[in-house]
Amino acid sequence: MVRSYAEAATSPAQMSFTFASPTQVLYNRATVKQVDVLTLSGSFRILAAHVPTLQVLKPGVVTVFAEDGTATRYFVSSGSNINADSSMQLPAEEVATSDMLDLATAKSNVNKALSHLAAAPDETAKVEAQINVEASEALVKALE
Amino acid sequence: MFSRGAAVLVYQPQWGQVRNMATLKDITRRLKSIKNIQKITKSMKMVAAAKYARAERELKPARVYGVGALALYEKAEIKVPEDKKKHLIIGVSSDRGLCGAIHTSVAKAIKTEISTLSDAGKDVMVVGVGDKLRGLLQRTHNKHFLVTFKEVGRKPPSFGDASVVALELLNSGYEFDEGSVIYNRFRSVISYKTDEKPFYSLDTVSGAESISIYDDIDADVLRNYQEFTLANILFYSLKESTTSEQSARMTAMDNASKNASEIIDKLTLTFNRTRQAVITKELIEIISGAAALG
Repeated sequence: MVRSYAEAATSPAQMSFTFASPTQVLYNRATVKQVDVLTLSGSFRILAAHVPTLQVLKPGVVTVFAEDGTATRYFVSSGSNINADSSMQLPAEEVATSDMLDLATAKSNVNKALSHLAAAPDETAKVEAQINVEASEALVKALE
Repeated sequence: MFSRGAAVLVYQPQWGQVRNMATLKDITRRLKSIKNIQKITKSMKMVAAAKYARAERELKPARVYGVGALALYEKAEIKVPEDKKKHLIIGVSSDRGLCGAIHTSVAKAIKTEISTLSDAGKDVMVVGVGDKLRGLLQRTHNKHFLVTFKEVGRKPPSFGDASVVALELLNSGYEFDEGSVIYNRFRSVISYKTDEKPFYSLDTVSGAESISIYDDIDADVLRNYQEFTLANILFYSLKESTTSEQSARMTAMDNASKNASEIIDKLTLTFNRTRQAVITKELIEIISGAAALG
């Protein structure tokens, strides 16, 4: 009789991760270990067996930890994050990697956005300018 | 018909020989115009092929994006309570014709949807993305039209376009409970299928049972998600629709060019036959004229 070790219980230690923007696909049902997101209700680290959640993202950095531990950072402008039964979807409106972004331009964008906010004529313009300010500031913070 | 002038050779003008058959001049004119048409359809086919290549390339990431964005609806299996009355149909098509059955298939699907829903007692409003839908439906279903979007199809659709449409719908004041987007889903270069994707209003989603398993949901998050999803659905359907439209236009123009070539071949044969008949007739007249003289 051949004795062998029992198979390890196949726990959902893998997370099937789909991360895409309207123009490019970054991960399509890839297996990753952990994803860090910045959302309206706070910063989350999402692992495989996380409870189902539905989040709206704030502009900021999303860090993806692959199976072997390497982390890749992406700057996300906005989007949502759906997590159910160990599969996670992250449709984002715009995604950029750090090499696409320039710190000096980001800083000048913040100043421009602040001046827009000060000069905004009505509520809608104020809100748009506010969003612009938040996004530019997050961009600067991500690059530093 | 044979003029028997004594010593005078009567010269019969050629183009007086019309019986039932067309003259050489008519045939030449027709041939020239059809050759021009063939050039035009060929160039339209080339343009459509280029646009199709680009649309198909952009469709690949858009498909992954769309599937990911709609995952919640599928996972949560949201069911609309039976007493919800207000329905919204968004038909996605374009402004330009000469693309086969693209617009008519969407219009037909909309018509059947309207009649099914009206029989079930629901209020239906229709939104047309693309001027052609308005043209096809306005005579019979004018009172169902909420808003139409023009200038669709000239440039490839972007997420910005989809957000504009979504914003307009949310601000329109029509409080729909559920809706569906009817678009042409791209299957391959030669085939597409008219498909329907459902979407739900904020109340329906928050009222669904399966939503309660999701952690940390509050009204704000759901509302944001709803608006984002509407834009996502529209973006996805716009992308699929443009790809189907360009491939259909390519096929249609290809068929038109082929038909034009067939007509050109037939006309060329007729032209040659007519030419030979004219020559033969002249010869006969000359010979019989000469025989009469000598």
